[in-house]
Amino acid sequence: MLQKRGGIRPWLYIGPALLLLVAFLVYPSLDTFRRSLMDARSEEFVGLRNYEFAFTAEEMRISFRNNLTWLVLFTIFTVAGGLVIAVLVDKVKYESLAKALVFLPQAISFVGAGVIWKFIYDYNPNVGLLNAILTTLFPDMDRIGWLVNSDIATYALIATGIWIWTGFAMTILSAAVKGIPDEIIDAARMDGASGWQIFWQVTIPMISSTIAVVATTMVINVLKVFDLVYVMTAGRYRTNVIANQMYKELYTNRQNGRASAISVILLAVIVPVMLVNIRRFQIQEERR
Amino acid sequence: MKQKASNALSSFPVHVAVVTIAFIWTLPSMGVLINSLRPPQAIKSSGWWSVFRTPFDFTQWTLENYETVLSTEGLARSFRNSLMISIPATILPILIAAFAAYAFAWMKFRGRQVVFAIVVGLLVVPLQMTFVPVYSMFTRLGLTGTFVAIWLAHTGYGLPFAIYLLRNFFGSLPKDLFESAFLDGASYVTAFFRLALPLSVPALASLAIFQFLWVWNDLLVALIYLGGHPSVAPLTVRVAGLVNSLGADWHLLPAAAFISMILPLIVFFSMQRYFVRGILAGSVKG
Repeated sequence: MLQKRGGIRPWLYIGPALLLLVAFLVYPSLDTFRRSLMDARSEEFVGLRNYEFAFTAEEMRISFRNNLTWLVLFTIFTVAGGLVIAVLVDKVKYESLAKALVFLPQAISFVGAGVIWKFIYDYNPNVGLLNAILTTLFPDMDRIGWLVNSDIATYALIATGIWIWTGFAMTILSAAVKGIPDEIIDAARMDGASGWQIFWQVTIPMISSTIAVVATTMVINVLKVFDLVYVMTAGRYRTNVIANQMYKELYTNRQNGRASAISVILLAVIVPVMLVNIRRFQIQEERR
Repeated sequence: MKQKASNALSSFPVHVAVVTIAFIWTLPSMGVLINSLRPPQAIKSSGWWSVFRTPFDFTQWTLENYETVLSTEGLARSFRNSLMISIPATILPILIAAFAAYAFAWMKFRGRQVVFAIVVGLLVVPLQMTFVPVYSMFTRLGLTGTFVAIWLAHTGYGLPFAIYLLRNFFGSLPKDLFESAFLDGASYVTAFFRLALPLSVPALASLAIFQFLWVWNDLLVALIYLGGHPSVAPLTVRVAGLVNSLGADWHLLPAAAFISMILPLIVFFSMQRYFVRGILAGSVKG
């Protein structure tokens, strides 16, 4: 039945999509590989010089290190925080309200979130909440330049990222927590397990695959971090990350070759994580 | 239902924890919202929390900052630009993806699996991989800095995820329904508009909300293909620009930021279910 209606028709339906995909994703990706081996204006072949720059330049090394810091702290805090909140709100009647409030930052742009947190971090204690609390509690202590102190600024940005994404982790993990059959929890309780033991020995093992999905999603988010750094510090005070370096080489320095090489490195890091993620997503879809 | 709050005594710490968390999570946005409604002098001389010292003094509230940013700082223009960008950049990819997804789900043709696998594979490509060549292509065509460029770019970037999601949804619709429709002589076009689309409203709604907010909140793609010129800059680009350019007028930032957030917040509160579903599914987007 279905086979008879073949021929050219399917290609009319998928044609426009294929055309756009080739023009905006397939061809540009291949061309970026080529350009990563060319000079700033994509005219002369320069071998691996752009990759050499990407892996050895001081500013690039700082960016890689910052991405790594993001990767560890952001992933741990969003996943652990999301899980703890998911388990806690499961026990109260105003669960949906509490979850909505934690999820809310997901609706706001990173630009908006950046502005919000710039005010939290402001150096002036008549503006910045953190310094206001600090100077009230400890009048003798110096104010902290959250966003202008090179030792602290990246952590301040990461905290903002955690504020944005914990709600996302919480929502997915909350669904998984609710999926654990009541009988299992009851049985554990009958056996005398405490709430703490149930959390570590029942809840976490039962939802470990969901935790893995959320963690890989967070890893991908880290590699795409751009807006927060752009808005909050503009990459100063040693806060730049890979995506912002790429933008700088492309737009400010007009270094097409370097920008392309950084993109290829980004791709190489993202692909394995994405493959795991899509695979899990597919398994999840099939189960539904 | 699980037993909730079964033991009031043991759950007391839980209540404290949940309320504290919700409070901390809301505080930053509340603070900036309050600040956006205070007179410039007050914003500069005292923290937003000082409004609670005189909660019934209504003279401490004003819409002055909103009026200023909308007119003199061009936020009204940027709001229109954001709409001009986001609406076509939502409709176009979903329409084009729906046709493609329909073919992948209900037509048999050589190469179907392979082509679909390639489309899904494109989900892994970070957008950065495309910026240099697409930027120079737009420059050659004279499209840099135009809405057409950003519509096309967002359409291309949004397609893999939209096709993937819709194909899964179309594929899960009952097979008998389509086969009997075809037996009754319905054409593919009829079945598409009369069966596939109406039955997929929940999926289309989640997808539309996700894509719309993605484009509305996007900074990077707009920065690269549109640049910062006020005549085309969307809210994100404009607000990000104000962060650096306002100088002594920094008290206008809270109002500007809230104008950029108002539409997403309305969408969030009015369509929370579709919103959450769309955001969660969208996590696989590259």
